[in-house]
Amino acid sequence: MNTASRAITLRSIFFLLPSWILLLIFFIGPILLTFYFSFTDLALTGAQAQQMAFVGFDNFIEMFQDPNFRISVTKTILFLFISAIIGQQVLGFLLAYLMKEKNTTFRRIIGIVVIAGWVTPEIVVAFCWVAFLNDSGTLNAILQSFGLETITWLYTFPLISVCVANIWHGTAFSMLVFQASLDDVPKTIEEAAMIDGASKLQILIRIILPTVKGSIVTNMILVTLQTLGVFTLIYAMTGGGPGTSTQTLPIFMYNQAFVNYQLGYGTAISLVLLLIGVIASLFYIRSMKVQI
Amino acid sequence: MNRFKLEKKLSYIVLTFIGFLFILPLLWVILASIDANAKQALTIPSEFTLDNFTAILSDPATIRSFIIGLFISLGQSILVVAVGGLAAYPLSRYALKYKKPFMLTILFMTSLPITAVMVPVYQLFMFLNLQDSLVATTLFLTASGLPYGIWMLKNFMDAVPLELEESAWVDGASIWTCLRKVVAPLMIPGICTVGIFTFSMSWGNFFVPYILIQSPDKFPASVTIYQFFGTYGMVEYGKLAAFSLVYTMPAVILYLFSQKFMSQGFSFGGATKG
Repeated sequence: MNTASRAITLRSIFFLLPSWILLLIFFIGPILLTFYFSFTDLALTGAQAQQMAFVGFDNFIEMFQDPNFRISVTKTILFLFISAIIGQQVLGFLLAYLMKEKNTTFRRIIGIVVIAGWVTPEIVVAFCWVAFLNDSGTLNAILQSFGLETITWLYTFPLISVCVANIWHGTAFSMLVFQASLDDVPKTIEEAAMIDGASKLQILIRIILPTVKGSIVTNMILVTLQTLGVFTLIYAMTGGGPGTSTQTLPIFMYNQAFVNYQLGYGTAISLVLLLIGVIASLFYIRSMKVQI
Repeated sequence: MNRFKLEKKLSYIVLTFIGFLFILPLLWVILASIDANAKQALTIPSEFTLDNFTAILSDPATIRSFIIGLFISLGQSILVVAVGGLAAYPLSRYALKYKKPFMLTILFMTSLPITAVMVPVYQLFMFLNLQDSLVATTLFLTASGLPYGIWMLKNFMDAVPLELEESAWVDGASIWTCLRKVVAPLMIPGICTVGIFTFSMSWGNFFVPYILIQSPDKFPASVTIYQFFGTYGMVEYGKLAAFSLVYTMPAVILYLFSQKFMSQGFSFGGATKG
């Protein structure tokens, strides 16, 4: 190795060192610890707090026999499916599609209104929706003004309520992604199809959707990853309740680790969450087809 | 052509309806915050007042939580930009041996849900005796924001032409001076984008400080607002709404600011032509 390239290597190591140290201690370290701790009986209080022991697959056996775990997996899948994959994606696409070629001022106003829900911090989103859906909240006031009966939304439809709040908070992201990709659809092809007598629906299905397929896939994975980790919104709106009706995996993990003080068990649950995240991330990297 | 007119009208109606649904929950916060007798339902304020804001802003505990929030979020964004920018330089400029796997790892880490590592991070903090430390919390947040920061800053740096640096080297500038005096100024839109994004994510983050910080006098705004909701949330709607608005403001202002930057574009073109 000549001196010039050695200097470059040394300089690169020096420049990369600070980020490596931070990532190793606070990012990669905790991920490795997740694997380790999920095989122990570590607890916050009691004898296991002083002396944790290696318990093999006990946490995982407990987890797969725990009806609460199965409930949480179901709730997580429902939350992901309704609020992210269907809700945010379809609404985001619909908004982007309908806003195409509309009056600029009108576009801007609708855009601002949707983006406002996205810019609002998650905890404030939770307050807005708790107030909106409350017994004497805005939604029930509207129902009453039409002579309809009021509904205790957060108790009767808790999962739907948190899904709607999450759709409200997240749709802007999908809308922006689809607005950018719809701009890439060549106008000439659309016009040619229109002249040949194709209907709007045919153009949408045969021309537009195939063109933006790539961004639909990438967006779907990103939205899934974002929704998988949602804790604050559900925690502040329902706390996972009533009962276990909105107890997604992050809430279940929190309850086991910090309410029941079973850190080892809580870590085993987070390992499941992490593994789902890892699989989705790998799909994300593949879908990006990055050039480095 | 009548059919198309109808379709156009219909899409305006659908869009207006969706927009209306989106604004309803938000409108309550705005109107309740200036209402002397705020209720849960959306109403036109019976009596206009700014008392809710003065009550929130005159509470020293609230002010302290805002300052702590600023400390954490500003600290995190500055560190992400500085440390990430340093890492981005060799990744952008040199043909390194392990660049591809490194960049793929970084991209992989940008999308992992941080929620999944919070339990072991808590254990790590207990083990290292770092629980309740604002500095350690900021460092953890920095690490969680670094993958995104490095990825974005590397891409922005790729767009800065090498010729400018080369001419500075000829004039005898060191790499270090070059980075500060030539590369960084040309990357200001990129630095602002990364800084603003990191700040907003950090400012809105409730889960991380909620887990890692225990003493109430060290809580940032995101946690105190949750406590306020728990204690007074069902009684003092006006104050909760005012608190929420004040807390949301920095995120909104920074978003608008970042839009200004984005629309200005990244035009270094002129610099190399001269």
